[in-house]
Amino acid sequence: MDRRQFLKSSTALAAVAGAAAMPWRRVRAQTGPIKIGLLTPLTGVVASGGKEMVEGVQFYLESVNYQIAGRKVELVIEDDASNPDTALQKARRLVEQGNCQMLIGDLLANTGLAVANYVKGTGTPYFIPIIAADDLTQRHRIRNVIRVAGYSASAFTHPFGDWCLKQGYKKIATISQDYTFGHEQCGGLAQVFTEGGGQIVQQFWHPLNTADFSPYLGQLADLKVDAIFAMETGADATRFIQQYASFGLKGKTPLLGSMNATDQSVIRTLGEECDGIVSAAHFAEGSDNPVTRKFVKEYEAKYGKIPSLYGFSMYSGIMWVAQALEKIGGKVEDRDAFIDAVLKTELVGSPLGKTVKLDAYGNPIYDVQIRKTVKRADGKYWNVPVTSYPGVSQFWKYDPETYMKQPPYSRTFQGIKKA
Amino acid sequence: MSAFQLLNGLTYAALLFVVASGFTLIFGLLRIVNLAHGALYLLGGYIGFAIATRTGSFALGGLGAMAAIAAIGLVLDQGLLRFVGDNELRQVLLTLGFAFVLDDMALVIWGGDSFTVPIPQMLKGGMRVFGVYYPTYRLFVLATGVVVFAGLWLLLNHTRLGALIRAGVDDAEMVEASGVNIRRVFLVTFLLGSALAGLGGLMGGAFLSLYPSADAEILVFSLAIVIIGGRGSLVGVGVGSLLVGLLNTLGQVMFPELAYFVIFGPMALLLAFRPLGLFGKATAA
Repeated sequence: MDRRQFLKSSTALAAVAGAAAMPWRRVRAQTGPIKIGLLTPLTGVVASGGKEMVEGVQFYLESVNYQIAGRKVELVIEDDASNPDTALQKARRLVEQGNCQMLIGDLLANTGLAVANYVKGTGTPYFIPIIAADDLTQRHRIRNVIRVAGYSASAFTHPFGDWCLKQGYKKIATISQDYTFGHEQCGGLAQVFTEGGGQIVQQFWHPLNTADFSPYLGQLADLKVDAIFAMETGADATRFIQQYASFGLKGKTPLLGSMNATDQSVIRTLGEECDGIVSAAHFAEGSDNPVTRKFVKEYEAKYGKIPSLYGFSMYSGIMWVAQALEKIGGKVEDRDAFIDAVLKTELVGSPLGKTVKLDAYGNPIYDVQIRKTVKRADGKYWNVPVTSYPGVSQFWKYDPETYMKQPPYSRTFQGIKKA
Repeated sequence: MSAFQLLNGLTYAALLFVVASGFTLIFGLLRIVNLAHGALYLLGGYIGFAIATRTGSFALGGLGAMAAIAAIGLVLDQGLLRFVGDNELRQVLLTLGFAFVLDDMALVIWGGDSFTVPIPQMLKGGMRVFGVYYPTYRLFVLATGVVVFAGLWLLLNHTRLGALIRAGVDDAEMVEASGVNIRRVFLVTFLLGSALAGLGGLMGGAFLSLYPSADAEILVFSLAIVIIGGRGSLVGVGVGSLLVGLLNTLGQVMFPELAYFVIFGPMALLLAFRPLGLFGKATAA
């Protein structure tokens, strides 16, 4: 018996044993709480985002009094320390010792991939409202890893490329952090933009945590392009936006950002230097949709800040899971039914103010907002929608099968059409 | 390399110099492996940021940051380092632990958002130098770096205190025998080194921004500078800062994929041929 055969048969055996044990578990479970394991970086480089992820989840659970489908909800929070090894170890602890029926969270792609790989073996439902790696809902889909209220990295930059063409931009340069998330977002824009006749003049890839952007800004200023697309997260985004302004590029060349570059987590500490940056996203905190308005107002009242992508996504993600659980009467123990229910659930009443459903690959279909950062009456900056692309698929207008035959976006493959 | 990129390298080098000169006072002269130097930099930035935003004064932020970090340096030196003596391994563990504590405290107090220290109106905007438009603030950083270099050079080479420091480094017992309280001299040096980290934090915080893990990055650069320049040599730190600052810019422009290698590759090569760095002297002990 080789290893693969052994794995197969032992999985089958475990499944049979599990099914046999089911009646007993079901009886017990109906009385016990629903246990949700939340993995989030509370320490490490992205700790502030991690803290907001917790806030988002708690904000929702408090609004339903920690009750879903008549059952009590127990939230177990673990720190993944922005580190894949720790994330894996904590995921194991939550599932194997903490008896959590599902996992949700993680922020950095490498932590999410580590956990996704783990739950591939255990079958534990794992929800990823933040992890954006394209292939988790494309080429390497795992059924029990579902992107509730999340997005795949290139999903918003496809329509953004189209929007750039409509602005009459002919030449664009991109600058991005040198890792998968950046490659995928830039690739989405580059492919649609060049296929529509635009030209990507140059692409800069810099290491994460680049303290000084001046060398790049000097080169960007010399390029004579119609717009610059910046794919930056966290402190890199803060610095890039600020240095872009101090080197006098702001006002000369329009700055376009990935959604995370102008997220609240970045712009809440910035001033006029972030004014007027355009980005594409599913969520715009400055939308005048009444549901969005209400969410932002309540969140701000409670936590003293405008919700970021992290707070919003986790809030909506856990809401999605809760709505699915309501439909199956809270029977979280019946994994297959639970996963099916989540996949079929259409999210209503989320801060997006629109019903959202998943595509056949477990990725949500959104109305993509083209947003602009503007000053609010009280002097704070936020993202306000300018226009929107309804019902955007992660495959844009391509046929999913054909699209997935092309390689995933990387530094070497950006989908750029040769002129 | 264009004038623009040259200025980028020089201004970055100036900031690195301010931080690394503090590091070399402690690591190079006092022989204390202070791995908390990066944390002192970051905390100095945060404190400077807090003061500058509340009072609206950048200068006050700078003074406050230097004073506060010197005070923390006092606690570190007198309250902790005193007990581990000259054992370098213990110093490493102690200061590293101290750095973690400072970082986590900063995370609790300021959260993990990245902050930018507000700069005074007169330093905002840009001006034309060598035919290129360049941010005034970065030129200010360059000027500060030069002033700090001149000040430290005068202090070490032309004052009594400087003479005492140099003498104490070479032979502490002999200096003590001539009636000087060498511990106090060393303490002053330690506080000065810490204060420079605080000043660097404020200046860096205004154009590189403050965020968790900024401490580790600046520490690695400071270590590289002091090792390249040679422990304890002020000129060495100056040359090391210029090399690292310019190589960093050059690397980002010409080999962006290898940005870090461009700095640490030559460093490794240099150490292979000059283990003591460019200006390092072998010590008697």
